[in-house]
Amino acid sequence: MLREIYITETNCITPLGFDVESNISAILRGDSGIQLHSDVSLMPNPFYASIISNEKINNAFAKISTETKYSRLEKMMILALEPIIKNSNVELNSKTAFILSTTKGNVTALKDNSEESFNSAHLDVLAQNVADFFKFQTQPIVVSNACVSGILAVSVAKRMIQSELYDNIFVVAGDEVSEFVLSGFNAFQAMSELPCKPYSKNRTGISLGEATAAILISAKAKNAKIKVIGDSSINDANHISGPSRTGEGLFRSIQNALKEAQIEANQLDYISAHGTATPYNDEMEAIALTRLDLQNVPVNSLKGFYGHTLGASGLLETVIAIESANQNKLFESKGFDEIGVSEVVNVIEKNEEKNIEYFLKTASGFGGCNTAVVFEKVKHELH
Amino acid sequence: MTQNKTYIKSYITIQNNEIVLNGNSVFKIEPTDFADFSKQAYRNFEMQYPKFFKMDALSKLAFLGSELLLSPITSTEQENNIALVLANKSSSLDTDVKYQESISDKENYYPSPAVFVYTLPNICLGEISIRHQLKSENSFFIFDAFNTEFMSNYSNILLNTNKADVVLCGWVEYFNDNYKAFLCTISTEENAKYTNETINTLYNK
Repeated sequence: MLREIYITETNCITPLGFDVESNISAILRGDSGIQLHSDVSLMPNPFYASIISNEKINNAFAKISTETKYSRLEKMMILALEPIIKNSNVELNSKTAFILSTTKGNVTALKDNSEESFNSAHLDVLAQNVADFFKFQTQPIVVSNACVSGILAVSVAKRMIQSELYDNIFVVAGDEVSEFVLSGFNAFQAMSELPCKPYSKNRTGISLGEATAAILISAKAKNAKIKVIGDSSINDANHISGPSRTGEGLFRSIQNALKEAQIEANQLDYISAHGTATPYNDEMEAIALTRLDLQNVPVNSLKGFYGHTLGASGLLETVIAIESANQNKLFESKGFDEIGVSEVVNVIEKNEEKNIEYFLKTASGFGGCNTAVVFEKVKHELH
Repeated sequence: MTQNKTYIKSYITIQNNEIVLNGNSVFKIEPTDFADFSKQAYRNFEMQYPKFFKMDALSKLAFLGSELLLSPITSTEQENNIALVLANKSSSLDTDVKYQESISDKENYYPSPAVFVYTLPNICLGEISIRHQLKSENSFFIFDAFNTEFMSNYSNILLNTNKADVVLCGWVEYFNDNYKAFLCTISTEENAKYTNETINTLYNK
C-alpha cells in the first residue's frame, strides 16, 4: 500500500498580495494583477503584464533579513517559503527535501557580462542560495520543464514521498517578467495587446506575469489542506512549440491521473486549467476535455488574474484551487466573455458557491509537455 | 511501495569527440568542435532525420545518445512506454546566452522564435519524444553535478508504479562547446550483463 500524500501548508507572493488570504480577497473582488506598463528596459512598446513592485518586495524582505546579496527572484522565493517553514515546525533534516521549480530563474543576470553574474544565472546556484537561507540539509532538486514545472514539482514530490525517500518536501516555484521572456513571446507573436482573455472568442494571446508560490507536501495528515491522489505527465510527441491538435498528451495525462486516483471523470467538481489565451492552447485543452467527457465540469483559468507566470503558474494556481475547494467557491475565469473554442466547455463566468470534493489541475508547455494532478478534499474527523 | 529490482539494459557516453556504447567505442574522430562532431556522427550512423539540423547543441547531444539506445528497442507498430528523465548543470544556458545577445544591442535587435524555443532544457525531451513517438512521462532536472542517487531513485519510482516500462535516464551537459552525455536505459527485466553496475559506476567509468 502506497503512502497517502497531503499538502499541509501553502503560500504565494503575487501582485495581488503576499499571502494566500489577501490573494483570495482580491480574486473575490475581481481585481487583476495585469496592468499596462511602459518600461523600455523591458519592452520597446507599452505592454500588459502582472508585475510585483520592487518596493513591496524589498520592504517585505527587510522584515525577515538584512542580507543584501539576494536577487529579486530569490527574495520572492524566500518570502514565499519563510512563513510556511516556520509555521510547519518541520525539522530540516535528511528526510526533508527541497524542490525548486522555474523556467528561467535568474536569467536577468545574463545582461551583465561578469563571471559572477553568469554564475548566478545557473538554476542550481539559485536553488542553493534559497536552500542555504533556510539551512536545508539535503541537496536541492530543480525541476525545469517549461510551463508545467510548477505542477510537475507537485508530482515529483508526491512520488518521492511515496517511495519513502523523504517524509516532507518543501516546494517553491517562481519566475519573473523579464526582457528575455517578453521579447521571446513577442517574437512568437503570442502576446495579447489587451489583458489576456482565456477561452474567449476574441483572445489573441498571453499576458505575462510573475509570482512565487510555496507548499509543504507531507506524508502526515495533520493540518492537511488537501490530499494528492493521482498524477501523470505525458508528452504530445508532436511539436516542440505548438500543442497537439488532438490534445493527446493532455488527454492521456488526465486519463492516467484519474485512473491512479480511482475516480471517474464525472466525479470531478472543478478543473483549474492552463488557459493561456493563445488560440491554439485553449482550443487544444477544450478538445482534450471533451474527449474525456469533462465538458460540463466547471473550469477556469487564473491567467486573467495573474498573467502567465510560467514555471510558477502550476503551483500558484494549485494554491488558489485548494482555497476554492476548502471554501466551496468557484472563482470566475477572469477575462472570459463569449466562448471561443470549438468544443463546449463550462467556463466559470462569475463567482459561485459549489461543493468541491475532487478537483483537477492541468498545465501544458513548450516541448510538448503536459501534467495533470487530481486532488481530494480532506475529511477532518470531528472530536 | 513494492521495490522490484531494476536493471540497466544499455548505456552510452558521448564526450571528447567519441561515442562509447555499452563500453565499446563506436565512433571516434580527431579533435574538432561539437557542431562538426555531431554532424559527422549523424552521417556515420546514417540517421536520416533532417530536423536534426534545426536543433540547438543540447538537443543534438541528447538526440545522438538516445538515437543509438532507443532505435533498437522502439517500433512504430506499437506504443513504447519509455519515460525520459534527464538532467544537467547548465540548463539551456548555451542557447540562453545566444538569445540574450540577440536582444542586448538595441541597434541590432533580432529576437528569433526559432532560437527562443530552445531556451528551455526540456525541449530536448520533446525532440526525442517526437522522433521515437514516445507519448510518455518526461521530466528535466538541474543539479550542480550528476546526482546519480536521485536519478536512479526517480527512475525506479516510475518503473515500480507502472508509470513506465523502460526509463531513459541520464546527464546531458552542454555549454560553450564543452559537452558530456551519459544515458542509459533501465527496466525491471533482468539483464545478466550489468548485475553489479549502477548508474554511478558506469558514469564514472
